[in-house]
Amino acid sequence: MTILVIAEHDNKVLAPATLNTVAAAAKIGGDIHVLVAGQGAGAVAEAAAKIAGVSKVLNADNAAYAHQLPENIAPLVAELGKGYSHILAAATSNGKNILPRVAAALDVDQISEIISVESADTFKRPIYAGNAIATVQSNAAVKVITVRATGFDPVAAEGGSAAVEAVAVAHDAGISSFVGEELAKSDRPELTAAKIVVSGGRGMQNGDNFKHLYALADKLGAAVGASRAAVDAGFVPNDMQVGQTGKIVAPQLYIAVGISGAIQHLAGMKDSKVIVAINKDEEAPIFQVADYGLVADLFEAIPELEKLV
Amino acid sequence: MKVLVAVKRVVDYNVKVRVKADNSGVDLANVKMSMNPFCEIAVEEAVRLKEKGVATEIVVVSVGPSTAQEQLRTALALGADRAILVESAEDLTSLAVAKLLKAVVDKEQPQLVILGKQAIDSDNNQTGQMLAALSGYGQGTFASKVEVSGDSVAVTREIDGGAQTVSLKLPAIVTTDLRLNEPRYASLPNIMKAKKKPLETLTPDALGVSTASTNKTLKVEAPAARSAGIKVKSVAELVEKLKNEAKVI
Repeated sequence: MTILVIAEHDNKVLAPATLNTVAAAAKIGGDIHVLVAGQGAGAVAEAAAKIAGVSKVLNADNAAYAHQLPENIAPLVAELGKGYSHILAAATSNGKNILPRVAAALDVDQISEIISVESADTFKRPIYAGNAIATVQSNAAVKVITVRATGFDPVAAEGGSAAVEAVAVAHDAGISSFVGEELAKSDRPELTAAKIVVSGGRGMQNGDNFKHLYALADKLGAAVGASRAAVDAGFVPNDMQVGQTGKIVAPQLYIAVGISGAIQHLAGMKDSKVIVAINKDEEAPIFQVADYGLVADLFEAIPELEKLV
Repeated sequence: MKVLVAVKRVVDYNVKVRVKADNSGVDLANVKMSMNPFCEIAVEEAVRLKEKGVATEIVVVSVGPSTAQEQLRTALALGADRAILVESAEDLTSLAVAKLLKAVVDKEQPQLVILGKQAIDSDNNQTGQMLAALSGYGQGTFASKVEVSGDSVAVTREIDGGAQTVSLKLPAIVTTDLRLNEPRYASLPNIMKAKKKPLETLTPDALGVSTASTNKTLKVEAPAARSAGIKVKSVAELVEKLKNEAKVI
């Protein structure tokens, strides 16, 4: 059995989610190869070669792969992937965009967002916004799977010494092109990898009030997240959204401030180790999943909390 | 141009589902069903394209049980022109649905196909991408903005770090994200009119599509319950617990 892991990167830096994906591959067992498809991503390939447990890195360098356009990358992965038992990618926006296209090209069903490996062909994944866990078995010749990063502890980024092999396969479908991107700038830890996450909801009342959460987060070294209500109201950008349709996080500590706790929000954070809820409505559903609940006005509680930590 | 919109009948998003005692699935008997929220956004976008004069006809399609006619009628009441139901009582995988939709795409030859980014029951987030692969079209997934100009469409997509814009040659596939638009409600007169709009029923056999699957669901369980927490009385007590009991700060 040989497993192909698709590296998540921006042509410069290997994304941490790749380490969680390799961890899932290690649980399946077998040789692990990593594919770095991009343009001028040599440094990423070098970083991938150092990941513990990786035996080979395939580096496909082509202008058509520069922006991870699925129309060009999926045929590459499908062509290379035919000889593998499993193809894995992190369930990031790139992984979700590309991998189903690979599965369809290989005429196999995909298994999305696995949270555990039961055996080489059986996996667990959440359905219905995390309100049920399905155990799914695949008899496909090539098993195509996306991995929820929070379900697997990352493997060590150092310690491996895999060979890097250039792959000349070029695919350019010529039906799509990259126009531009606008990335939100933040000095805080990345939301999906942070050990502590402080999230605000509708109760924050406006975007300006998020400064209280930023101050608290900076003191804790935490990332700041938000509920859909806060994003829809325009308080914060949508890449901060935690939930079924946003990011899935599982930090050591999740502090939910002014968030009622709708099913869709819980889907994104209920695997956190410790959950703290601060809400003035003592009936709010968030208190049903919170390890520590504080019924209080957040505008008094947050500054006080910031002072005490 | 012709726009094809795919909609799915799913358990209503406000329902807290329960797993069946025999672990064969979730209990959907007597549970409120609705159109998948992302599909509502897809229908709304198609209707807006028609209102702008970009789209000339909106065909809405659903793959599912005969009761999915309700969701198709809803889409017709929102502004779709006609509907197609590919009737199948089985629980189909995303790949099977994508193959059936591909057969409908071949028949209808739309310039743009709009789907939701994921269904809130299976949470797969696969069908649009798979349909794009099978039809050889470009894909604009997780769209927050769609602009058709000439023979291409510019799609702004929600990605992990922010937003990305891609340009796709038509025909193309778009999947909707939450912030693409705010779906409208169907008015009573439109609900009445929708009853007279055409609804064609097809079967996988008639489309010549095999819905065989390489995946099998062995069991469905309830997630591990969190142990009950406590309410603290003050911020000081909270900080003390986090430091000394949970040891997370």
